[in-house]
Amino acid sequence: MTEQLEAGTVTQQVKENGALGAPGGEVGKARRRKEDARLVTGRTQWTDNIQLPGLLHVAFLRSPMAHARITRVDTSPARTRPGVVAVFSGQDFAGEQGSLPCAWPVTPDTVIPDHPPMAVSEVRYVGEAVACVIATDRYKAADALEAIEIDYEPLEPVLDMNEALAEGSPKVHETGNESFTWKFAGGDIEAAFREAPVVIDRTYVQQRLIPSAMEPRAVVAQTDGDSFTLHTSTQIPHVLRVMLALTTGIPEHKLRVIAPDVGGGFGSKLQVTAEEVLCLLITRRLGKPVKWTEARSEGNLTVHHGRDQIQHIRVAADADGRVRGVQVKLLADMGAYLMLVTPGVPILGAFMYNGIYKMDAYDFTCTGVFTTKMPTDAYRGAGRPEATFAIERVMDELAAEIGVDPMEIRRRNWIRHHEFPYTTICGLTYDSGNYEAATDRALALFGYDKLRAEQSDRREREDPVQLGIGISTYTEMCGLAPSRVLGSLSYAAGGWEHADVRVLPTGKVEVVTGTSPHGQGHETAWSQIVADSLGVPFEDVAVLHGDTASSHKGMDTYGSRSLAVGGIAVVHACDKVKEKARQVAAHLMEASPDDVEFSEGRFRVRGTGTSQTIQEIALATFAAHNLPDGFEPRLDASATFDPESFSFPHGTHLCAVEVDTETGATAIRSYVAVDDVGNVVNPLIVEGQVHGGIAQGIAQALFEEAVYDSDGNLLTTTMADYLLPSAADLPSFTTDRTETPATTNPLGVKGVGEAGTIASTPAVVNAIVDALRPHGVHDVRMPCTPERVWRTLRSVEGESA
Amino acid sequence: MARISVEVDGIAYEDEVEPRLLLVHYLRDRLGKTGTPIGCDTTNCGACTVLLDGRSVKSCSVLAVQVDGCDITTIEGVSSDGVWHPVQKAFHEEHALQCGYCTPGMVLASIDLLKDDPDPSEEAVRQGLEGNLCRCTGYCNIVRAVRRAAQEMRVTTP
Amino acid sequence: MIPASFDYFRPSTLDEALEVFAGAGEEAKVLAGGQSLLPLLRLRLAYPTAMVDVGRVAELRGVADRGDHVHIGATTTHDEVVRSPIVREHCPLVALATATVADPAVRHRGTFGGSLAHADPAGDLPAVALALDMVFVVRSSTGDRTIPAADFFLDYLESALQPGEILTGVRVPKLGPGWGFHYEKFHRTAQAWATVGVAAAVRQTNGTVEEVRVGLTNMGPTPVRAAGVEAAARGVEAGRNGSLRQAAEQAAEGTDPPADLHAQPDYRKHLARVLTHRALVSASAHRSPQT
Repeated sequence: MTEQLEAGTVTQQVKENGALGAPGGEVGKARRRKEDARLVTGRTQWTDNIQLPGLLHVAFLRSPMAHARITRVDTSPARTRPGVVAVFSGQDFAGEQGSLPCAWPVTPDTVIPDHPPMAVSEVRYVGEAVACVIATDRYKAADALEAIEIDYEPLEPVLDMNEALAEGSPKVHETGNESFTWKFAGGDIEAAFREAPVVIDRTYVQQRLIPSAMEPRAVVAQTDGDSFTLHTSTQIPHVLRVMLALTTGIPEHKLRVIAPDVGGGFGSKLQVTAEEVLCLLITRRLGKPVKWTEARSEGNLTVHHGRDQIQHIRVAADADGRVRGVQVKLLADMGAYLMLVTPGVPILGAFMYNGIYKMDAYDFTCTGVFTTKMPTDAYRGAGRPEATFAIERVMDELAAEIGVDPMEIRRRNWIRHHEFPYTTICGLTYDSGNYEAATDRALALFGYDKLRAEQSDRREREDPVQLGIGISTYTEMCGLAPSRVLGSLSYAAGGWEHADVRVLPTGKVEVVTGTSPHGQGHETAWSQIVADSLGVPFEDVAVLHGDTASSHKGMDTYGSRSLAVGGIAVVHACDKVKEKARQVAAHLMEASPDDVEFSEGRFRVRGTGTSQTIQEIALATFAAHNLPDGFEPRLDASATFDPESFSFPHGTHLCAVEVDTETGATAIRSYVAVDDVGNVVNPLIVEGQVHGGIAQGIAQALFEEAVYDSDGNLLTTTMADYLLPSAADLPSFTTDRTETPATTNPLGVKGVGEAGTIASTPAVVNAIVDALRPHGVHDVRMPCTPERVWRTLRSVEGESA
Repeated sequence: MARISVEVDGIAYEDEVEPRLLLVHYLRDRLGKTGTPIGCDTTNCGACTVLLDGRSVKSCSVLAVQVDGCDITTIEGVSSDGVWHPVQKAFHEEHALQCGYCTPGMVLASIDLLKDDPDPSEEAVRQGLEGNLCRCTGYCNIVRAVRRAAQEMRVTTP
Repeated sequence: MIPASFDYFRPSTLDEALEVFAGAGEEAKVLAGGQSLLPLLRLRLAYPTAMVDVGRVAELRGVADRGDHVHIGATTTHDEVVRSPIVREHCPLVALATATVADPAVRHRGTFGGSLAHADPAGDLPAVALALDMVFVVRSSTGDRTIPAADFFLDYLESALQPGEILTGVRVPKLGPGWGFHYEKFHRTAQAWATVGVAAAVRQTNGTVEEVRVGLTNMGPTPVRAAGVEAAARGVEAGRNGSLRQAAEQAAEGTDPPADLHAQPDYRKHLARVLTHRALVSASAHRSPQT
């Protein structure tokens, strides 16, 4: 293959010229973010910053039991504590709290248990809210919690999915421990496996993760007696407003939801939480503003968890490694209840177990299982990292089985670039891609051949530190999502996105977006798109978001959807504005609209020197003295965009890991990622998303796991126990891109929020297994802690001895 | 209650505080210095890092009474006369923040780091920031930013 | 999370501190840097009724060369210890291990004495104290007493300090010429506590190991002195390919390592052996400049 290129220079290759617009255009430029000014100076608006006259503080008492009946509650000792305004238990809310919503019953017979925001008679996981104190400050609220008396009658915890499904298991809910079984198939799977020369059969465990956004959740609820305002650290102010209205009975038009500055989400703030509902109910009851701010140790217990699946994957292949079929049987831990999209998460992965590969048949079954643990729900990638992990791990196993290089096995099976658009065995049409190009680039940057040579040298020398190389050639479906597809998958809502663009009298532009950024830089990227489209300076664009009073319509931010759906809505709204402006311009310049052309912010009458800027048109429209007959004096427009298809970023990630066979310690030596996310609006932001995504994926591979003990207590309640990587634990990443535009949207963009996380986990584990394969190792369970690596080595050595 | 006097970002304060009041809550709830956020309970995340008499500390693990007579610098006091500190500027230039929640702590920890090591290697930056967690950036750009700031500070302060 | 209420005293002299501490009740705690204590208070895992803040007691702070030993005041911060030229010159192992404690911000507040008095076998300093035969200097209203490190750590988070006693400082004996040092810390992430740590000091002459001191972190309810290794290493050839490996095989002898989230006992025992070998090799390769 190719020699190693100079790494590090590549990452600096940020374009100074626009890729889509005219030279010098904004799109494609590495614009520094508008958001940064307030964030680097501390002039932020986190929800917990909010102070209001008479603000009361809420603290929740949480169940210490994984599964128990509540037999006695006495809140009275807490009521007399200093500063205490009120104390409530579940019984106090029983008549009005409703049930936390699940918007994704994946099958018609999905069991959706009642999910009271505050437990009334039974608790089903440690951390479930059982009572609350409302006091004049947070210290007093915390003190009074300790005075509440609650007696529990213990019930059996249900902790293991296989045991939960076994006959005679204790039940999480009276209906049993199975929520649903969802099936999907394409092609003839029996034929694929019949007399297949090679069959690989593996079981992988996707450990339970805690998303760990840096900002803990916080809620401020207030009412003027008629309407309600809820500030909350959420990714989904719009969805939340609808759901809260349905849950609490507060009419939707009397409820305003605001997501101020939000400190990260990664899916964990894509939720309708108990605390949001309860704070609304409390403010309604007391008539006072209330604030609740989560402690990290409270959040580890009660922010929904991610992953937690057991994946049984079988691959049938020809002798040369061509994949004939893939069969997947999945157990997905729902936790104790179904939350907003809990059952949908594994189903989002169902269409991705084929990866980038061609095959004749596919068969997928997923059973959702209740346990007495915190519910799971969306966490960065949501279903797709799990699927990608399984197929990318098993492709390595297939390569080992037939004795070819793991990259070669991928080349033999992947969709070639001239085969796009390609309809996969799952029925998805991948519109564009070039796996060869991204892979070649990655191999060159990585120095693949040189590392392989070092690997065999270390093997020969029996060096206690072995080297492994891991490959992940991933794709993902993102840009969630076409409404019709979501409907066919039984999701309760659509996947469109909305934008308003209004040109103000002075020619400045306000964009209202239905996306709800919490670190993604939409204020910057949307400004770039609008600047190019309307020909106005980047600085002249303001982006409003996250407040249902100003941004009335939206589907919010998750699933790598904001640019590929919300960004396109902005483009369409700009087009409508330009069309209106053209009418005015033609009228003012006494020309036919057909003769007026627009570029770089100026309307010109074709063939003449006459022109007017969009700013001049804006002022003229505002004055409205001289407009075309019947023309409404406004230069604004709305657009709601519903994509017809998902988008399919892809890429090749390569990871070299050194494994210390004496201690089991692993160290990432180098990491190369070449991603193809289509056209790029801001390469700086894209690179940042990739970096952060890779880090989170590596963290799953090496560090993170939510651990429950045999009584159902979470052991990883703090950051001292749930290990997040610091700068000292991660290497620098070499990143680059290929750009194969999406053909399904006018920007040619695909989405980048989840790509790094989806790709990196299997790359790391493949590298570790690759290092140890000569020892007889063919899997290490995640996270691949030094102890697990050591035990794996010991067990295979024991077998061979 | 205990009486404390403390200078925060150049302003002198005198207050009666409960002994158990954490410095970070004093800053946020009493002084309205909400630039300093809280990310954990166990001194792990470093989001609440401030400078106490010029050295980085985690303000969630210091009592307000313990800083009686001390000088505190928060993220809100890092700029001078509206001009950003080179570390703030470098974080912006290198895209070293996304959600920005860890940024105040990262900036102050970086300022502290550069006091000891005006020309840190990548490794030194990574080790020096081990007490500050970021969930968004994967740290690459943070490392770049700190080294960029170091360079600028070496140029401007001979 | 928020601590429960407590009374707070801030004496300015040691005598005053002793008086206040004696009268503050059984549940009173001495507060130094608070870097171990405050997280426990915030999680409401500790409920002291009173805190005696010794942070302003000048006589408790600082490093002094006392001829045959170095005195490190109890409230000297980790950061001050690491920077101290006296510590670096005469007890480099202390500097090496202290530099691995937590992170820079915590080292600015956390204190040398506080860390030792906390008696956490997973902390990095207790094993060093054992290996170097430090002597704990303790004062109460009845006067001073000294406690050898070997007698100081009684059980998990339990030291030999009696009610009313305050740790004033620690004497670190100077070992003299010919010694090399290393602290080998094995942890899952930079922030994580040591899964196992090995504090090693090796004295050698012409490539032969004359004397070895080994303290183990997180190998039992208290730090552990690896006496078996020390005996076995005497007289062997220094360096990676010497017999230090055999000596290190004794490292897990008599240990009772904990089972927790990060490791099981058998793995910790294995690590102790491997890491002790590495620590001995590194220590014998990094002889102090005074040789």
